[in-house]
Amino acid sequence: MQPSLFPAPVPQTFTVSKLTFLIRKLLEENETLQDVWVQGEISNLSRPASGHVYFTLKDANASLRCVMWKTSAVRLNLSLRDGMAVEVHGRVGVYEPQGQYQLYADQIRPVGEGALFQEFLRLKAMLEAEGLFDPERKRPIPEFPKRIGIVTSATGAALRDMLNTLRRRLPLVEVLLAPSPVQGTEAPAALVKAIQWLNSQSPDVIIIARGGGSIEDLWAFNDEQVVRAVAASRAPVISGVGHETDFTLCDFAADLRAPTPTAAAELATQTTLDDLQFQLSALRSRLISSTLDLIAEQKAAVASLLSQLRYFSPERRILSETQRLDELSRRMVSSLIHRIELQSSHVKGLTRRLEALSPLAVLARGYAVVTRKEDGKVVSQVGQVKAGAPIQVRVADGAFDAEVKGG
Amino acid sequence: MPKSSSKKEKPVEELNYEEALAELEEIVASLEEGQGQLEEAIRLFERGQALAARCSALLDAAELKVKQVAGGEVADFEEESE
Repeated sequence: MQPSLFPAPVPQTFTVSKLTFLIRKLLEENETLQDVWVQGEISNLSRPASGHVYFTLKDANASLRCVMWKTSAVRLNLSLRDGMAVEVHGRVGVYEPQGQYQLYADQIRPVGEGALFQEFLRLKAMLEAEGLFDPERKRPIPEFPKRIGIVTSATGAALRDMLNTLRRRLPLVEVLLAPSPVQGTEAPAALVKAIQWLNSQSPDVIIIARGGGSIEDLWAFNDEQVVRAVAASRAPVISGVGHETDFTLCDFAADLRAPTPTAAAELATQTTLDDLQFQLSALRSRLISSTLDLIAEQKAAVASLLSQLRYFSPERRILSETQRLDELSRRMVSSLIHRIELQSSHVKGLTRRLEALSPLAVLARGYAVVTRKEDGKVVSQVGQVKAGAPIQVRVADGAFDAEVKGG
Repeated sequence: MPKSSSKKEKPVEELNYEEALAELEEIVASLEEGQGQLEEAIRLFERGQALAARCSALLDAAELKVKQVAGGEVADFEEESE
């Protein structure tokens, strides 16, 4: 080849590094590529000891190398496997040693979750705006329900857990189960019907529950009609869907949200069998003590009446009458004795006077009294006797018989 | 005083827990008021004792009743045995 004086412009020659750098710059300056969600299927998954995760995302026509650094990989809440359809978030960059562009991933979620989440937010905002989730709408859960309605799958562990919890806490309760599929396309309509059927049986409270699962598994509990049925329920509703961290729209519409089905059963039975036993024994002792008090009161009333009665008792009068009687008889006796004494001294006086007048006193001086024997007449004149007549001569200390000699 | 319910007083064995408890509470309240005749109070006390025994028996014997509702029809529900 002839050298030319005017050589044609020669295209610039880059080093590989320079070119790769330019490509990298091109990609990294594109905003879309720096914050992007990519949907595809995982293949060639590799998790070396470094903790970083490498895989290829592919669809029918293309594939994309992906790397997720350990710092993001530890925050993953799903376990990756080959063939899994996912959505990966990250930025597009270039691995220069290999001349390879790749996605530096920081989040991975199952396919569809993004769309579901958007729908969740849209519905939530709409129902919230309607006031379905207003705190003022929340009704209190009865403390001692007689009848608890349960909407859940008839075959799930959730039902078993709830029945065991209810059996342990308050076996007095009557459970009305409205079985319903809790996932799948037929679940929402079935859940709505179950809530309505239960309401026709007037339960005191309704539990709507489902065990844990993925967001798709729990999706029926975000269904607009189900949420509206929960809000419209006449009986207050406790929701216990999924795990502690799962929130569904049913939870917002329910009167009370429980973190799990078991917790829902606990919240539905605030009064337990133990509480009832305690309440009963308290009532029992009040029954006994109030009756004993009443009896004691009555006894005291009777005692007081009795003492009043005693005060008016005839016994007292009888006693006082007896006393009076005794007094009278004492007075009577003493007056009698007095009179007898008086009489007796009077008699003594008279006797003395009589004695002074007695002719016998004259006899003591030596006189004698002569009486005729025949008629006892005192002889005071000679003519009264004849000779030989028997006479009696009385002297001081006695009498002797005699005979008249002359006359 | 409790309402003069003595006429329509149900036999204790026919009462459910809530009925028995409610009547027991009423009786205790009335006895605590301390009004009324002793004879009536003793009768109330005996009724109260029977009610408390009824409640206690119901608590001891309580077994969770599970029924199934579908389409407004209520039927017994057979739990799967574990």
